[in-house]
Amino acid sequence: MSWIKDMISPKARNWEEFYRNRWQHDKIVRSTHGVNCTGGCSWNIHVKDGIVVWESQALDYPLLENSLPHYEPRGCQRGISFSWYLYSPVRVKYPMVRGALIDMFREEKEKAGDAMEAWKNIQQNPEKRKRYQKARGKGGFRRISWDEALEVIGVANIYTAKKYGPDRVVGFSPIPAMSMMSFAAGSRFLQLFGGVHLSFYDWYCDLPNSFPEIWGEQTDVGESADWYNAKFVAVMGANLGMTRTPDVHFFSESRHNGTKTVVFSPDFSMVAKYADQWVPLHAGQDGAFWMAVTHVILKEAHHENQVPYFIEYTKKYTDSPYLVELKQEDGNYTPGKLLRANRIDKYADIENGDWKFLNIDADTDEFICPPGSSGHRWQDKKGSWNLRYKDGETGEGYNPLLTLIDKNDEVLQVEFTHFEQNKKVKRGVPVRYLKTKKGKVAYTTVYDLIMGQYGVARGMAGDYPEDFTDTDRAYTPGWQEIFTGISGGTVLQFAREWCRTAEATRGKCMVIIGAGINHWYHSNLMYRAATMSLMLTGCIGVNGGGMNHYVGQEKLAPVDSWSAIMSGKDWKNPPRFQQSPIWHYMHSNQWRYDGNQADYNSVPKNDFSSQHSADLIAKSVRNGWMPFFPQYNKNTFDIAEEAKKAGATGDKGIQDYIIGQLKSGELKYSVNNPDAEENFPRVWYIWRGNALMSSAKGHEYFLKHYLGTHHNEIADEVAKEFVKEIEWKEEAPQGKMDLVVDLNFRMDTSALYSDIVLPAASWYEKADLNSTDMHSFIHPLAAAIPPVWESKTDWEIFREIARVTSEVAKVHLPGSTLDIVNVPINHDSRGEIAQTEIKDWMAGECEPVPGKTMHNIVRVERDYTQLYNKFTSLGDNVRNGLGAHGTSFNCEDYYDQLLANKPHVNTIGDRSYPSIKEDVQAIDAVLRLSSLTNGKLSERAYEAMEKNTGLNLSKLRPRNDESNCTYNDLLAQPRRLLNSPIWSGLMENGRAYSAYSLNIEHLVPWRTLTGRQHFYLDHDGYISFGEHLPTYKPSPRPEMYGDLRKTIKEGRAKLLNVLTPHGKWHIHSTYGDTLRMLTLSRGMEPCWLNEKDAEDLGVKDNDWVEVLNDNGVYCTRACVSSRIPPGICIVYHSPERTYSVPKSPSRGNRRAGGHNSLTRVHLKPNLLVGGYGQFTFGMNYWGPVGVNRDTFIYVQKMDEVKF
Amino acid sequence: MKNIKSQISIVFHLDKCIGCHTCSIACKNVWTDRKGAEYMWWNNVETKPGTGYPHKWEDQDAYKGGWEKKGDSVRLKGAGKAKGLKTLFHNTHLPTMDNYYEPWTYQYSKLLDAPEGDDQPTAEPISMITGEKITPKAGPNWDDDLGGSPEYARNDVNMKDLSPAEQETMFQLERMVMFYVPRICNHCLNPACVAACPSGAIYKRGEDGIVLVNQEVCRGWRMCVTACPYKKVYFNWHTGKSEKCILCYPRIETDQAPACMHSCVGRIRYLGVMLYDADRLEEMASCNEKDLQKKQLDIYLDPNDPEVIREAKECGIADSSIQAAQKSPVYKYVKEWGIALPLHPEFRTLPSLFYVPPLLPAMAQKNENDHYHTASSYLWEDMDNSRLPLQYLASLFSAGNTGTIRNVLKKLMSVRMHRRAVTVGDLDRNEVDKALLESGLTAEVADDIYRLTSLAKLRDRFVIPPAHREEAIEMLEETHERKGNTGFGFTKKPNRGL
Repeated sequence: MSWIKDMISPKARNWEEFYRNRWQHDKIVRSTHGVNCTGGCSWNIHVKDGIVVWESQALDYPLLENSLPHYEPRGCQRGISFSWYLYSPVRVKYPMVRGALIDMFREEKEKAGDAMEAWKNIQQNPEKRKRYQKARGKGGFRRISWDEALEVIGVANIYTAKKYGPDRVVGFSPIPAMSMMSFAAGSRFLQLFGGVHLSFYDWYCDLPNSFPEIWGEQTDVGESADWYNAKFVAVMGANLGMTRTPDVHFFSESRHNGTKTVVFSPDFSMVAKYADQWVPLHAGQDGAFWMAVTHVILKEAHHENQVPYFIEYTKKYTDSPYLVELKQEDGNYTPGKLLRANRIDKYADIENGDWKFLNIDADTDEFICPPGSSGHRWQDKKGSWNLRYKDGETGEGYNPLLTLIDKNDEVLQVEFTHFEQNKKVKRGVPVRYLKTKKGKVAYTTVYDLIMGQYGVARGMAGDYPEDFTDTDRAYTPGWQEIFTGISGGTVLQFAREWCRTAEATRGKCMVIIGAGINHWYHSNLMYRAATMSLMLTGCIGVNGGGMNHYVGQEKLAPVDSWSAIMSGKDWKNPPRFQQSPIWHYMHSNQWRYDGNQADYNSVPKNDFSSQHSADLIAKSVRNGWMPFFPQYNKNTFDIAEEAKKAGATGDKGIQDYIIGQLKSGELKYSVNNPDAEENFPRVWYIWRGNALMSSAKGHEYFLKHYLGTHHNEIADEVAKEFVKEIEWKEEAPQGKMDLVVDLNFRMDTSALYSDIVLPAASWYEKADLNSTDMHSFIHPLAAAIPPVWESKTDWEIFREIARVTSEVAKVHLPGSTLDIVNVPINHDSRGEIAQTEIKDWMAGECEPVPGKTMHNIVRVERDYTQLYNKFTSLGDNVRNGLGAHGTSFNCEDYYDQLLANKPHVNTIGDRSYPSIKEDVQAIDAVLRLSSLTNGKLSERAYEAMEKNTGLNLSKLRPRNDESNCTYNDLLAQPRRLLNSPIWSGLMENGRAYSAYSLNIEHLVPWRTLTGRQHFYLDHDGYISFGEHLPTYKPSPRPEMYGDLRKTIKEGRAKLLNVLTPHGKWHIHSTYGDTLRMLTLSRGMEPCWLNEKDAEDLGVKDNDWVEVLNDNGVYCTRACVSSRIPPGICIVYHSPERTYSVPKSPSRGNRRAGGHNSLTRVHLKPNLLVGGYGQFTFGMNYWGPVGVNRDTFIYVQKMDEVKF
Repeated sequence: MKNIKSQISIVFHLDKCIGCHTCSIACKNVWTDRKGAEYMWWNNVETKPGTGYPHKWEDQDAYKGGWEKKGDSVRLKGAGKAKGLKTLFHNTHLPTMDNYYEPWTYQYSKLLDAPEGDDQPTAEPISMITGEKITPKAGPNWDDDLGGSPEYARNDVNMKDLSPAEQETMFQLERMVMFYVPRICNHCLNPACVAACPSGAIYKRGEDGIVLVNQEVCRGWRMCVTACPYKKVYFNWHTGKSEKCILCYPRIETDQAPACMHSCVGRIRYLGVMLYDADRLEEMASCNEKDLQKKQLDIYLDPNDPEVIREAKECGIADSSIQAAQKSPVYKYVKEWGIALPLHPEFRTLPSLFYVPPLLPAMAQKNENDHYHTASSYLWEDMDNSRLPLQYLASLFSAGNTGTIRNVLKKLMSVRMHRRAVTVGDLDRNEVDKALLESGLTAEVADDIYRLTSLAKLRDRFVIPPAHREEAIEMLEETHERKGNTGFGFTKKPNRGL
C-alpha cells in the first residue's frame, strides 16, 4: 500500500498550525440560554479577539447517584447556534422608534414645550393616533437616543396612570425560570407602578389543568434523570428527541437497561424511533386509549384480581375511599358532592366542618374523618394536616373502606353520561343511606363511582359492557377502537404489561406527556385519563414513575425569595397578576367572534353550562375566581378620592363604598364592557418573549384590535346573540394600545410591530439565573462580553424606566396617591375554603363579602416619585418571612446580613435597605434568601411544615444546613438544589427528583380538598359541565368551532386539522430565523403534508401553499412526507413573519402571517371556577388555557408567489 | 515482525442518535463558518431512508468513489493517480453545486432599514453565490425526518436489494420508520483520497492516523473529492484548496474530544485507539466482498496481548498509546463485542468509524377491522420481524450480509432482556439465558455492554491517547524555546529602504 503516506516529519507538518490557530481562544465564560426550552444547559462561551466566536457545552455537572447516567453534555443544535445572533444582521443595536410616532412627538413637543403635553395631544387626537397605529409593522424605524426613548416611555406611563389608572399599563414576559432576574426586572417595575403582569403558562396552554385538579399543584414532575429509573415508559404528545434534546439520552439509556417504551404519536416522530411499540392513534384521541387502559386495570388488577400494592396505594393516597352523596331528581340518581363531615352528628360542630370529609372505617364500620383535608390545613389548631390513618378529629386509628360492594344498604342504578354518544346509561352502584333532617341521602365511595363510570360491573346489574370487545359501551378496549384507530388487542397488551411492571417494581411506570396533548380543547380530560392509570397502579410519587408533563420551563426553583423581588412584595403591595387567556379573549375582542361554547363543548344541559364564555368570565371576576384588569370603568385613583370625599375610611370603608357603587351601577367592572375607551389597556411592555407572534393566539385579532394596523382576518362577529352580561358595541374598536414597547436583541415580529424597540443584552452579555424541571441544578447566565453596541440588560432598562418615570412623576404626579387593588381569592390561602357553592352576590344570591363571596379589595399607597428608590432597594417586608406554596419561614437574620454589607446598601430617607440596584446584587439576594439554596432556610421551612402537619420531617433537612451559594459559586460550577418542602420531590444524596415523593414517603398531604390525589372533582361547576368523573369528550367539530365560516374552499383545497407541535429548528420563534437553522431545514417553516393529501391538492414537495381559515393565512412551502398521517398537516411552532413569508393571493396580496394567524382562542369555562380547594386562583396556576390544537384550515396550492 | 500502527477510531451508537445535528453545528462554528466553506459540513447527519448530502453520495456508479477489487489488489474506482493525471483538468465525476446545494441567506437588514410602506417588510432568501433572490430547493439536510419522502427516501441507494413491493411497504404506516446516520471523515486505513492526490498533499498522521490535507501543498486538483466514496473532502472555492474533517486535532492534541463528539448530546459517540497491522492492509482491502467486514476485524490487534505490546513498542508506539488502546471503548464495541460495523465496507477504504445499528419499533399490522395492531405475546418483538428490512441495514453496514446485522441486533436485544431480568424480574430467566447464549454473550459481557452503552461517563467514552507534542516540537526546536515563542505568528523582518 505504497500510496498511503504516514507523515511523521514535524517540519512537513508545520502547516498544521493553520487549524491550531483557529482553535486558540482568549477566554471561556459559563452562561446559558434564556429561552423557554426547559433545557437549562450549562455552556462555555468562547471569546477570541474580544468577540464571542462559538460556544460548547460545559461538562462539569455534579454527579447524582452513581447508578444514573451523568448529566453531560447538555445543549442542542439550537443552543449551539446562539452566537450567530450576537453580531447578526437582525441584532437590535440601538433604540429604535416608529418614525410616524416620533415625528409627531417631536413636533408636538416643539409646539407645547413639554413632553407630557405632547403625548397628551397625540393621544387625544384620533387622527394622529390612527396615523402611527396604521404604520405599525410597516417599516419606517428610526434610531433614537436612549434619553429620547425613555422620555416617551416616562410620559406615557404617567399620562396613563393619571388619566385612566395604573392598571392600564401592562407587561408580558413569559417563563421566568429561563432568566429569572430579567423577568423580575419588568414585573418588579410594573408591580411597584401598580401595573399588570400578564400570565403566560396558561396562555401558552402549557398549564396542565389536570395537575391542580388532581393534585392542587401547578405542575411538579420528575427530572429527566428519573426517566432512567422507570421500567415502562409511555410517551405521548411529547417528541422527546425534538424538544427534550439534552435529556433524551436518559430515555434511550433506560431502554438498554431493560425498560419498555411505547410512543403514542399520530406521525412517525423523532421519539417514535426509540419506541418498542409505536402507536399512531388518531390525533387528539389519546384520552380514549387511556380510558380503556384504566378499564382493563380496574377489571383485572382491582376487581378480578386485587394486586395488594395497587389496593393499598389507592386507599392511602387517593380520594377513592371518600364518600359521595348521590343527587336524586325524579328518582334519577347522579353523583353529587363529597359528603361533608359536619353532615353527621359526631362531627357536626368541628372547625371547618364543610371542608372535612368522611370515610368508613373498614374495621368498625363507623364514619371517620380522615386528617389532611383543606379544613385541617386552614384551621387554627395545627398538626392534623397529614395522611396518617388517624381520625383528624379524634385521633383514632382507622382503615379506610374502599368499596361498599360487600356492605351496602342497596345497589342503586346511577346515571352516567357518555358524551361521545350523547347518551346516559344506568349502572348499579352500591350505596348506603344517611338519615338527615331532609330525609335519607344515598352515598357511596368515589371508588364505587369510578367502577361504575369505567363500566366494571362487578356482578351488579346495569348497562355495563359485556366484555373487552364490547364496542358500544364505554370504556372498553373495543369501544376505543373507533376513536383511536388502534386495535383493542393493543390496549390489552399495553395495560397488562403496565400492570405487570408496576406490580413487580412497585410503581415504576411512567408517562411522559407534553404539548401534543395539552393543547387540545379537552386536554384536562386526556391528562386525567392517563393519570388514573398511574394512580390505580401506584405509580405517582415513586422514583421511575409519575405523570411527567414537560411543557414550558415552569419550574422556577428558588421561587420563595425570587417572588418577593419579582412582585415588589418586599414593599407590601398586593400585585396585579392577570390570567392572560381571559384577558386576551376579552380585550383583543376574540370573544365577539366566538359562538356559544356549549355548541362545541360537550356539556350536560343546565343553566351554568349553557352560557357564553364571556358571560362566565364576568361572573368569575366578580365572584373572586379570576382577576381582570383594568378593574373598573373609572381610574382607581379617582375612586379612592371620591370614596374619601364620601367619608369612606379604612379598608372596610373603601370596600363598602365600592360594593355600594357596584350595586348601584355607578361603578362598573371593565370586564363587562371591554370595548369602552376607558377600559382599554394602553401601554404594553414586552420583553423576553414574542407576545405579538408566537404567543399571540389570535394574532390577527391582536393586529386589528390592539394595534389598529393591517390584518388578514375575515371572521364574522357572532357573539351578540349569546352574550347577556357583556355590553355589545356595534363597532368593535381597533387600535386599543397607545404604546407598545419591546425589549429585544433581535428584530422579531413583536419588535417589528412595536412602537419602540429597546436594544436588550443577549444571554451572553448579562448576569442572570436559570432553573428548570428537567434537572435539579441552578445555572448562571453571565456576560462573556459586555452588552454590545448600545444594548443594556433588562435589569438596567427597567431600572432606567423606573428612574425616568419617577422624574416625570415629580412634576406630574407628585406625592402619595391611594390606589385600590382587586385581588382574587388565592391558592394556598384561606380562600381555598371560601365558597362551598356557586352563588352570585350581584344577583342577590348571597351577601358580597370581600375574600369570601367576592374578590378582595385592598388599598395601596403609591408614591411614584419613589419608584426608582424602591426598585433598587430590597424592601423590609422581607423581614416578615418568605415562602411559597403555603409554607413560609423566617429570614430576618439573612436580611440583616445583606444590610451589614455596607458597600451594597441604599438609603431612602433615614432608612437603609439592601441594594439590588445591580443585577448581581439581586441574584445574590435571591440565592441568600431561598430555601433551595440556603440550607438554614430549608431547615426552617421544614420546621414550619412539621408544625402544620404534625409530622417529623427532620431527616429531610439538608445535612449541611449552612450550605449556601453565591452567583460566583455558580459561575464556577452548577450547583444542585437543596431539599425543600416548598417542592414535592426529594433529592437528598444524589437521588433523582420525582414529584410527590415527599407526599408518598412522608405522608404530607397534597394541597387539595381531601389532601389526597383526586379521582373525583365535586365542584358544582364541574358537575354542571360533566367533568366530575374522569371521562371522554369528543373533540369540538370544526363546523361548530367556527374557524371556517367565511373562507371559501377553492379548487382542490382540502380541509385539514393543523397541528403546531414544537419544531426541530427553533425554540418557539427563537433560532428559527438564524441562518444555521434555516440552512439545516428548508429555509422556512414548511407545512408538512401526507403524500395522499398532497396528491389530492395537486401539490408536490417544495411547492408553495396557502394555509388559511377565517382567522388568517400562512404562506409557506409544502414538505410532503409519508410520515404524516392523512387528514392532518403540521406547521411546527413557531414561524415568524419576518423571513421568507410571501403575500397571500387569497387575502388581497397582503403579507401572510404565521401559525398563530390561524388561531382564535376558545376557553373551557369550568376552568374558571374558584374559591374552592384546589380550584382557586394562582397566576399561571389555575384558569382556562389558550388551547389551539383543534384548529382546522384549508390548504391550497399557490400558483403565483410574490414578496 | 508486524508493522503495528495506532489509529484513532470511533463508534457511533445509532440506537442513541437523536438526529439533532448539534454535532454538525459544533463543527461548523469552529471550522467552516467562513468564505469558501459555506456549503461544507465536515460533520453532517442524514435521515435514513434518504438520499443524504451530497445528494445520493452512496451511488458510486455515478460518483466513482472508493476502491474496486482487481485481482489480489485494489485500484481506485474513479480518479487514480494515473487516471487522474490524464483527466486532471476534466474531472468528470466531481459533485456539482446541484449535488450539494446553493447556499443562501436572507435580506435581513430590510427588517431594520425598510422605509415606511403599505405592507410589512420581510427578509427574502437570496443566493450566497449570486446575490439574486432564490427559492431554496436543496440543502445539506433537505430530507430531514423523511422530509419530501416520495422524492428522497424512495431514491435511497440502499433500497437496491429490495423488491419494489418491499420498498413500497416501507412507506406504509405499519412499517413506517426512520433513523439517523451522522457522518464525518472515516480517517480510513486505506484512504482513497490519499491515494488519489496528485500533489501528495494528503497524508495520514503517523502517531494517530488522522487524515489531513496539507493546506500549503494542496493544488486544488480535487481528485480527492472524487476518490472519497463518502464525499467527505470538500473544495474551498475561496482558497482554491480542498479541506476536510481534521478530527479536531488541535483538541485531540490537548486531550479534548473532537467538537462534534464533545457536543454529542445523545452521548452516542465513543473514541479510542486501535492497534493494527499495516502490512496486512492490502490483503484485507482486496478480499471478497462478503468477507470484508470480518477481515477488517482481523487486522485489529489485541492491545492486552503481551506479544502485541512488545511488537508495538518496537514499532515506536508510545506506552501511553498502548495504555489508551487497552482502555479503548472502540476496541470493545468493534472487536470484543462485535456490535459496531463500518459504513459501506464495500468501498474498501477500511474506515475507522463504526456504527452500532439501531433498534427500531416492532412491526405492526392492520387487523381485520382495519385497526392498527401492535401487540405480541412477548415484551419485545423478535428481530426477525423487524420494521426495517434487515436487507436495508445490511446494505449500509455489512456489504449486504443480513446475518451480520441479525447477530448484532440479537445481541442488543439480549442485553436488554438480561437487564430487564435483573431490574424487573418479570422475564423467564431461562428464556433470557437462552437469548444470551444464542447471541454469544454471557451475563457478564451483557452487563459490560449495558454499562458502556448507558452509564459511560465522559472519560469512558473518550479515551484519547496523549499526543506528546513536546516530542514533536523537539524535532524542530528546543521545546523550552517554543514555550516562549509559540503564537507569535507575525514576526516578519521589516523591509528597509525603498
